[in-house]
Amino acid sequence: MVQKNGRTNSQIPVIALHNITKVYQMGDVEVHALRGIDLEVYPGEMIAIMGPSGSGKSTLMNIIGCLDVPTSGTYELDGKDVSRLKDDQLAAIRNHKIGFVFQNFNLLPRTTAVANVELPLIYAGMGGRQRRKRAEEALRLVGLGDRFDHKPNELSGGQQQRVAIARALVNEPSMILADEPTGNLDTKTSVEIMELFQRLNRERGITIVFVTHNPETAEYCNRVVRIRDGLIESDETRQATASIHAPKPHAVSSNGHEAVTVKERER
Amino acid sequence: MKVLEALRIAMRALAANKLRSVLTMLGIIIGVGAVIALMSIGRGVEKYVTDQFAGLGSNLLFIAPGQITEGPPSLRANPVRSLTLGDMVAIADRSRVPHVAAVAADFQTRVQVSRAGKTVTVQANATTPEYPLVRNWNTTIGSYFSTLDSDERQRVVVLGSETYQQLFPNNEYPVDQTVQINGMNFRVIGVMESKGGGPGGNLDRSVFLPLTTGQDRLFKQKTPNGEYRVTVIYASIDDSANIPAAQEAITELMRERRGIKYLDQDDFTIISQNDLISVFGDILGALTIFLGAIAAISLLVGGIGIMNIMLVSVTERTREIGLRKAVGAKRGDVLIQFLIEAMTLAAIGGMIGVALGWGLAQIVSTFFGEFQAVVGADAVVTSLVVATAVGLFFGIFPAFRASRLNPIDALRYE
Repeated sequence: MVQKNGRTNSQIPVIALHNITKVYQMGDVEVHALRGIDLEVYPGEMIAIMGPSGSGKSTLMNIIGCLDVPTSGTYELDGKDVSRLKDDQLAAIRNHKIGFVFQNFNLLPRTTAVANVELPLIYAGMGGRQRRKRAEEALRLVGLGDRFDHKPNELSGGQQQRVAIARALVNEPSMILADEPTGNLDTKTSVEIMELFQRLNRERGITIVFVTHNPETAEYCNRVVRIRDGLIESDETRQATASIHAPKPHAVSSNGHEAVTVKERER
Repeated sequence: MKVLEALRIAMRALAANKLRSVLTMLGIIIGVGAVIALMSIGRGVEKYVTDQFAGLGSNLLFIAPGQITEGPPSLRANPVRSLTLGDMVAIADRSRVPHVAAVAADFQTRVQVSRAGKTVTVQANATTPEYPLVRNWNTTIGSYFSTLDSDERQRVVVLGSETYQQLFPNNEYPVDQTVQINGMNFRVIGVMESKGGGPGGNLDRSVFLPLTTGQDRLFKQKTPNGEYRVTVIYASIDDSANIPAAQEAITELMRERRGIKYLDQDDFTIISQNDLISVFGDILGALTIFLGAIAAISLLVGGIGIMNIMLVSVTERTREIGLRKAVGAKRGDVLIQFLIEAMTLAAIGGMIGVALGWGLAQIVSTFFGEFQAVVGADAVVTSLVVATAVGLFFGIFPAFRASRLNPIDALRYE
């Protein structure tokens, strides 16, 4: 596998999944959500995990996000096996290693942007003054330097998602896990948010994993993994087709056909 | 997560739903308020009653004829044989009753006292001269009659303060003025200090004269063998620690004097101030238990209210809990957050309740005026601790439920 962002194979992967399975017991029926997933994600990658509903995509996201543990297989996060940890240990891992961005933002209502961003730092046990400083830095990074004390209902959808991204960044996690981050945003705002992700990835080397069924999100990624029926269907690494620095700015469009042709060309 | 942080989150959550928070607190507010108000008023009444008894004279024993045939608080005696002045003299003998400091005898009856066309019906206390000493009570004008007055059966009288006011409406100097008691002329020699009402009637509405004068000239209430009959003998004891011993010695002496056989019942009664106070203590104790029951019930109801609202709150905030867990909150963090919220709710309710109860107690004591409600620090601290403990107890289940939420399900909750 040729890597484009200069990493070597000697680097420790952020995510290393080996033969991950997940079986849910629904009454008498066993549902095999994941049937053996192998996946490695290296630092600095921007990867989209795609798949139709029922493909096991959400289950995989929950496991990668340390919200759930696999039935079998191992998951090493930053070289540490997290596949058999207890709830509270997982909570600590999530706190230190993972930043979440959700489709519906999940900001605390009636709470200022700064306070929302501070949330992970509270659980990391950081003192109030330093917390505020870090939260303000994160908000500046996402372009909300002038919105510290605004509450979610005083912010637009795009701004709310920026607050959520700042919250995901604030603990300097190993990766950001974004679940349909543009699902609740209009096209123009979606582009802004995806460009923000891309900038964070390129300028600050932050590993970002998207879980999405939206091909436009995938266009910003340099790797796309497709899941179907609990297995990896395809895993392709390529140049992001939509990019703030891309030579073809028209690729940043809602027209998915061109993106598909690009991908086919790469194949 | 620090408790302080949890407290801040709790305050924010409670402030977000102000009306609901106040309504939830209502049970605690009413419970704590009622307890504080009633306890303060109870304390005030207790203090008032104790002061009244203290006013009777220090370390005093009352010896009265007859047995108390009906239990407290109606200290009604069934007189069989009267006490006599001889009994008093015997009790005053320190070789028989070691700890007795002073004794006085008192014969009480109703008399009509008149002066310048005014007539009042008051209690006459025909006493021995030691009466002011034993009762720890002095005159404001003039003086009490002396042993000489008593021995000479002088027709002298000391007026209770209210009787003086009634007979001397213009505040004339009363000493050496003449009043008629049951038609007989008496010379006024003094006026007693005001003592106010208390157990045994209002002594300010009475007159005091020598027992000898009373029994020889006025009432002629003697026993068949010519002894002075008395209603009550007061014995003051040198130290409160010696009261039981003195009581025992007097009992033995009286049984002997009155020829009561072994195992027969006493036909007289000795009451100490402590006996009287303990009767009121029993009443107040019963009241306290009653108040405690009210408090327990209202705190229980208040606690259930808190549990109910906390459960609603946990359900409403499922998404928030899910998010907190996703960003790193451990079970303990969520548990503490909701426990602190429940405790804060209860504690604030408790504080409002204390303020309410204090206000009520003040209003009641202003209204009645006779006593001052005493809001004890211990009652306040206990109420707040109990209220907070109620919050803790009834907060456990909702908080536990919140802490057990699965972040995946919680984040997806609509």
